Amino acid sequence: MEDWRKGQEIVVMEGRIKVPYRWAAGEVGTRYLQALRDERKFLGTRCPGCGIVYHPPRRHCPDCGRECAEWVELGDRGTLVSYTVVHRHHPQLSPLPLPFGYGIVKLEGADTGFLHLLYEFGEGELEAGLPVEAVFAEEREGSVLDVRYFRPLREVG
Amino acid sequence: MGKRVAVVGVGMTKQRSSRPDVTGQELINEAVRAALEDAGISRRDIDAVVIGNMDHFEGINYVDTWSVDGSGALMKPIMKLTTGGTTGTTVAMAAYYHVASGLFDRVLAIGWEKNSESDTTGAIITAFDPFWDRPIFAGAVAGLALEATQYMHLTGATEEDAAYVAARERRHALNNPYAHLHINLTIEDIMNSPYLSWPVKMGDMCPRTDGACAVIFASEDVVDEFPSQPAWILAVADRHLWAYTSDPYVNQALENGWWFPALEWAAGEVYDKVGIRDPLKEIDVAELYLPYSFAGLRYMESLGFCERGGGPALVRSGATDMGGECPVNPSGGVMSSNAIGATGLLRVAECALQIQGRAGDRQVPEVKIALATGFGGCFWSDVLLMGREMPEKPRG
Repeated sequence: MEDWRKGQEIVVMEGRIKVPYRWAAGEVGTRYLQALRDERKFLGTRCPGCGIVYHPPRRHCPDCGRECAEWVELGDRGTLVSYTVVHRHHPQLSPLPLPFGYGIVKLEGADTGFLHLLYEFGEGELEAGLPVEAVFAEEREGSVLDVRYFRPLREVG
Repeated sequence: MGKRVAVVGVGMTKQRSSRPDVTGQELINEAVRAALEDAGISRRDIDAVVIGNMDHFEGINYVDTWSVDGSGALMKPIMKLTTGGTTGTTVAMAAYYHVASGLFDRVLAIGWEKNSESDTTGAIITAFDPFWDRPIFAGAVAGLALEATQYMHLTGATEEDAAYVAARERRHALNNPYAHLHINLTIEDIMNSPYLSWPVKMGDMCPRTDGACAVIFASEDVVDEFPSQPAWILAVADRHLWAYTSDPYVNQALENGWWFPALEWAAGEVYDKVGIRDPLKEIDVAELYLPYSFAGLRYMESLGFCERGGGPALVRSGATDMGGECPVNPSGGVMSSNAIGATGLLRVAECALQIQGRAGDRQVPEVKIALATGFGGCFWSDVLLMGREMPEKPRG
């Protein structure tokens, strides 16, 4: 028995766990995604107690627990709260050509941040507090990626 | 030893095959709001939260953080637990430990699952050992079928005996508006249902369910603040067996003459602590985690309700039906609703309602002592004994 390890590597079993999932967005999430898809509109919900406008919307206020039944239409522009810029490409994971960014955007009329992608910005252009606007996808299917990304606000005319 | 602990609030969602109208957080919130309302307190009064589910059923790790919107645990101590089928009873016991320690006065326990969001058996496979079990089989049904076959071999029990249990559970569920299955299946219906893994048939098994349950535990120091009668925890115990499917029965259990050691030892411990000598007579109602019909025979023996091999005769006598000596699962049990992470906690919630006399059409008269169990993983067991009278001293 003492020589059994000689020239013998430890047996390693390879496996890949793949479990299919189907996550329901619920009524609140579905109403939000429907407006995004069909009307290119961002909706938030307002807490009747704290007055906080949640975006993404919440069914109940996580702070005071009240039901947030009031829907509020938000602008498609907002302010960049924080960001990072990606300079390294990954064939499966990169959602946009380099360089792109990830940012937290507070939309006009909302009190909370929204995590999304940033694109069409110049080198050194991004900074906290920068006004940004949403760029919608032409074909939308009811997902947060119906917004392709946010970009620095281009003043028109 | 610390504080005596009672259940002072209960909330549950209706158990359903699928709840696409709500997310997991929102489902949790339904049960939490109901429990807070039942206890007459707000989320701000809760000192700590214990939550449990099986990560792979929803594919969401970090449930403790992710669920805060629903649980109300914002800026509070929170602990997330997963122990397989026993998750719900483990959550209850952990909440009990929190309060019994004297460190927390009001603790919210939450169990939940949205089994509609994944392939339940696919997810259960991830709980099995990758080297010794998974290449052969894994999942819930086949392992239970091995247990059933062994039980039939040792005792002469029949598939019809098991079908009696399955029919009882579905009949009881008709009295419970929160139950998932409301189908009055007869013994014949169950015998005619298709085999999943011999001798276990479709009608013998629990369903897959979406649901949540929340239970509030309070210390003896604050129990008077709450409107409903306290349902006291008299004693708790849990036992775990070995790791592999083949361990407990095929080898050691048979050689040692054991039946279901985890359940026998855990039940024996709580009986000793409380002084129960004749469990069938002294316990007024039992809410047991019976994942499939044969468990309703064999567990009777492990719980000391009858001698070994006496399970079929006991249940056929009607002793475990409504109106019997010790009704088992007036709620319809796990064979009628199985949102896995919620299932064990529902047993505790149902026992509390029975003790408080608030169980509606499923109420058993004059419940003084109630027994709740959790079953999980490779045959391990949680046992909680609850009662109407405050125990003389904390018992652990």
